[in-house]
Amino acid sequence: MQEIQSLIGGFQVALSWFNLMLMLAGIILGVIIGVLPGLGGANGVAILLPLTFSMASQPGGTTSAIILLSCIYWGALFGGAITSILFNIPGEPWSVATTFDGYPLAQKGRPGAALTAAFTSSFVGALVAVLLITFMAPLVAKFALRFGPPEFFAVYLLTFCAFVGMSKGSPFKTIASMMLGFALAAVGTDTVTGQLRLTYGFMELLRGFDFLIAVIGLFGIGEILLTIEEGLEFKGAKAKLDMRVVLDTWKELPRYWLTSVRSSIVGCLMGIVPGGATPASFMSYGLAKKMSPDGPKFGTGMVEGVVAPETAAHAAGTSALLPMLTLGVPGSPTAAVLLGGLLIWGLQPGPLLFVEKPDFVWGLIASMYLGNIVGLIVVLTCVPLFAAILRVPFAIIAPVILVICAIGAYTVHSSMFDVWMMLVFGVMGYAFKKLDYPMAPLVLALVLGDSAENAFRQAMLGSQGDLRAFFSNALVGTITGLALLLLFWPLISKGLEIVRGRNGSNGQGA
Amino acid sequence: MTYRLSFRSRLAALAGVLLTAMSVPALAAWEPTKTVEFIVPAGTGGGADQMARLIQSIIAKHNLMKQPMVVVNKGGGAGAEGFLDMKGAKGDPHKIVITLSNLFTTPLATGVPFNWKDLTPVRMMALDEFVLWVNSETPYKNAKEYVDAVKAGGANKFKMGGTGSKQEDQILTAAIEKQSGAKFTYIPYKGGGEVATQLVGKHVDSTVNNPIEAVAQWRAGSLRPLCVFDTQRMPYKEKVTKDMAWGDIPTCKEAGLDANYLMLRGIFMPGGATPDQVAYYVGVLEKVSQTPEWKKFIEEGAFNTTALKGKDYADWVAKNEQLHQNLMKEAGFLAK
Amino acid sequence: MDEARQEKAVGSLRLWEIVAALLFLAAGALVVYDSRRLGSTWGSDGPEAGYFPFYIGVIICIASVINLISALKPGAAGDKPFVTWEQLKMVLIVMVPYAVYVALIANPLYSLGIYEASVIFIAVFMRYLGKYTWLKIGAVSVGTVAAFFVMFEIWFKVPLPKGPIEALLGFQ
Repeated sequence: MQEIQSLIGGFQVALSWFNLMLMLAGIILGVIIGVLPGLGGANGVAILLPLTFSMASQPGGTTSAIILLSCIYWGALFGGAITSILFNIPGEPWSVATTFDGYPLAQKGRPGAALTAAFTSSFVGALVAVLLITFMAPLVAKFALRFGPPEFFAVYLLTFCAFVGMSKGSPFKTIASMMLGFALAAVGTDTVTGQLRLTYGFMELLRGFDFLIAVIGLFGIGEILLTIEEGLEFKGAKAKLDMRVVLDTWKELPRYWLTSVRSSIVGCLMGIVPGGATPASFMSYGLAKKMSPDGPKFGTGMVEGVVAPETAAHAAGTSALLPMLTLGVPGSPTAAVLLGGLLIWGLQPGPLLFVEKPDFVWGLIASMYLGNIVGLIVVLTCVPLFAAILRVPFAIIAPVILVICAIGAYTVHSSMFDVWMMLVFGVMGYAFKKLDYPMAPLVLALVLGDSAENAFRQAMLGSQGDLRAFFSNALVGTITGLALLLLFWPLISKGLEIVRGRNGSNGQGA
Repeated sequence: MTYRLSFRSRLAALAGVLLTAMSVPALAAWEPTKTVEFIVPAGTGGGADQMARLIQSIIAKHNLMKQPMVVVNKGGGAGAEGFLDMKGAKGDPHKIVITLSNLFTTPLATGVPFNWKDLTPVRMMALDEFVLWVNSETPYKNAKEYVDAVKAGGANKFKMGGTGSKQEDQILTAAIEKQSGAKFTYIPYKGGGEVATQLVGKHVDSTVNNPIEAVAQWRAGSLRPLCVFDTQRMPYKEKVTKDMAWGDIPTCKEAGLDANYLMLRGIFMPGGATPDQVAYYVGVLEKVSQTPEWKKFIEEGAFNTTALKGKDYADWVAKNEQLHQNLMKEAGFLAK
Repeated sequence: MDEARQEKAVGSLRLWEIVAALLFLAAGALVVYDSRRLGSTWGSDGPEAGYFPFYIGVIICIASVINLISALKPGAAGDKPFVTWEQLKMVLIVMVPYAVYVALIANPLYSLGIYEASVIFIAVFMRYLGKYTWLKIGAVSVGTVAAFFVMFEIWFKVPLPKGPIEALLGFQ
């Protein structure tokens, strides 16, 4: 139980008024960053990095500095859900899956419930991840090392398989939509050969289609257009605006404990690997839809459909710090900037960090507990405030949202071309909705397509084109097997039913 | 040695002195009038990004510039995004870019219409070394043993991991192959840290990571350096692990593998920058390189401290472009 | 008469289904064409750069042909309106000014920058769709944009396209 002792030491480092103030400041800043699409956690962390310099040069200051920076990160994780739920605009990539049920919930007049569920499950996910980091860090780091290209591909495959078969409409529309997502993901430079793909000589297309631009357009602009069709107002304005909604939602949440547990596991695994928070949220949503008794009702505004992606996203986002600390490999762009910070302060992330700078590491881990508690309190008290935004008259809030969308699209690459692309995606989103083309498969393919293809081709380079690479050891074989099992689950369950049915009739006949 | 000056020439001299007196403060007076954008033609977290953010932090901490500086990552298309942005900003003195080898490799490999001559060289900050690494659980004690094993293993049996495709790591791999006759399977990854981790996890057999990318794993005993791809050993004597300093790593030439390669970490401005604008940034960067933070960073990352400016720098870049052209032509990496 | 026109549909669902399927087909063809240039076979060391895009393009083409056929099939569902004039008018009332707004931010002739353009956009929107007084309009549009300015330019130092007023204030 050496960890507990170290952790108590960590709390002693982290628990000072100064550090608590920093946490509060960091969380608030982070929430703002999370709310505004295009302003990522990486921005906030990068901007404050120089400031932390002078902090870090004081004794014990590196801990304060990392507390400030990591709290921005927690804040951004919390904040991403807010616009997803209220306006169908994901503030961050990992909150796309939150829109699937969060936005319908808000439209049904329960924005407070959706926000409370999102924040609370974020906290639960983070807590599980921090516990994992506290007690199993060295073990987990070793596990992460076992992931090579075939394993990564298997994980992406698993994400797809967990998610497909979701939409009800025409299967060929789903296929067309998903394949379009893959095609868009392929645009730009090919990592494996360095060739330019599908750019047709347009230099603006070199960097490919950014996921956020597509999502802001498809979901945000598209939704505004659909809303406008019906008249100039947002639904869900009649929401109750007191703190009771938090307690009421809390009473409902324990019902979804199984989903929480499953999503935490998915999130932690994906964070450690590091597969990232975005695929984690998609995978977790897909699994919850497949396994929950209420699965068929997902997408119509189920609290459980908010719990699943948010728990997984926050668990992944938090556990992504583990590979950064122990291996020096950042699990996300934000973690990458944090990593830069460590190096500049004279800390060397890597296997020895836990041995050489225990004060720092355990201070950071303690701040993960504290930062998330502070964050939860901050965002929960603001639930009525956030929900009240829906009461702002449409003619005021709609142009502001449209402006935010434009700014968000611009900031991704500082490019006006992207803003125009967002407009195109907006019209596309509107048409897709009207014509019953599902958008979620497109978005999933866009976010994972490139990484999945890279991993596949890296694996093929390594095995000289031998497909058996995906079954070459127990780990990759298990993941691939699970993926295939999920993919064919509808068929298998049918088969099982038939077998069971026959057994039953046999029993009767005998 | 005395001689008389005519009134005319004295007048001219006087005017000259006056002119210089007037123009000297005018020259030194150029300063940014707004936020300076520091473009990184690569993603967050890589070597160039780290150095750019360090320079930004040092400038902010020591108040070396009156206007703020922001780091902007433009890594799309193997850095082409950032370079094309710089090319389009001709004459804009409020933009600088930090380069890595993709300054040469990206235009050559993809045919993107860009050349370093579209930029104005400011100052070379350092050169990044390359080291041949293997997993410490493998038996290879030096480069020769390893290369022999690769040759004995047969073509494509050993995997070399590296950053990107047709960029520095793969060019260097091609150079090793040409020198030794060994044949690797090159596997491209997205970032240097990822490559080092893949080597620790034994998903590849060797890497040519920069020192800073692999140092943490080396200190933890997971990786073993075999040789450095430079003409001489690195000068750093302080022990990094229990019994080795950077300086104890032999050069690859000593080990019988005559290949060397260094990567540029230099700063450029857009084309058409005036000499006083260049002088301003050179001044700021000189001050940066005098700070203790910079020196510490350079030593931890075991950089080659060559620093050039002005014509020397431009000549160096031109020579290196030719070198890349040759290396990539031999390896068949040029755009068709 | 005017009312009758407003109830009228802008094309049937079927028509637009066909248009969408044809657009998908075109996109698929573009993908296939460029993938062939890149090399779309399974080389000695795994798939080439165009291998996956090639098949993705082919699948898009096949799926869109099937979608096209099912759209062409006669049936009551296809005769439903895609969008009525009234609805389309609402959508255009928002989309056209929005496109103008984006064009105003930066264009070859005279760029207003994102902040000035946003003030105008919010003001126009509030005036014509909300009928607010100019006082309220001024407060909301300038206030919101000023907040964005502080957040992006000063706080987070994310440079956005700027226009003449910022230039006067010394921000460029």
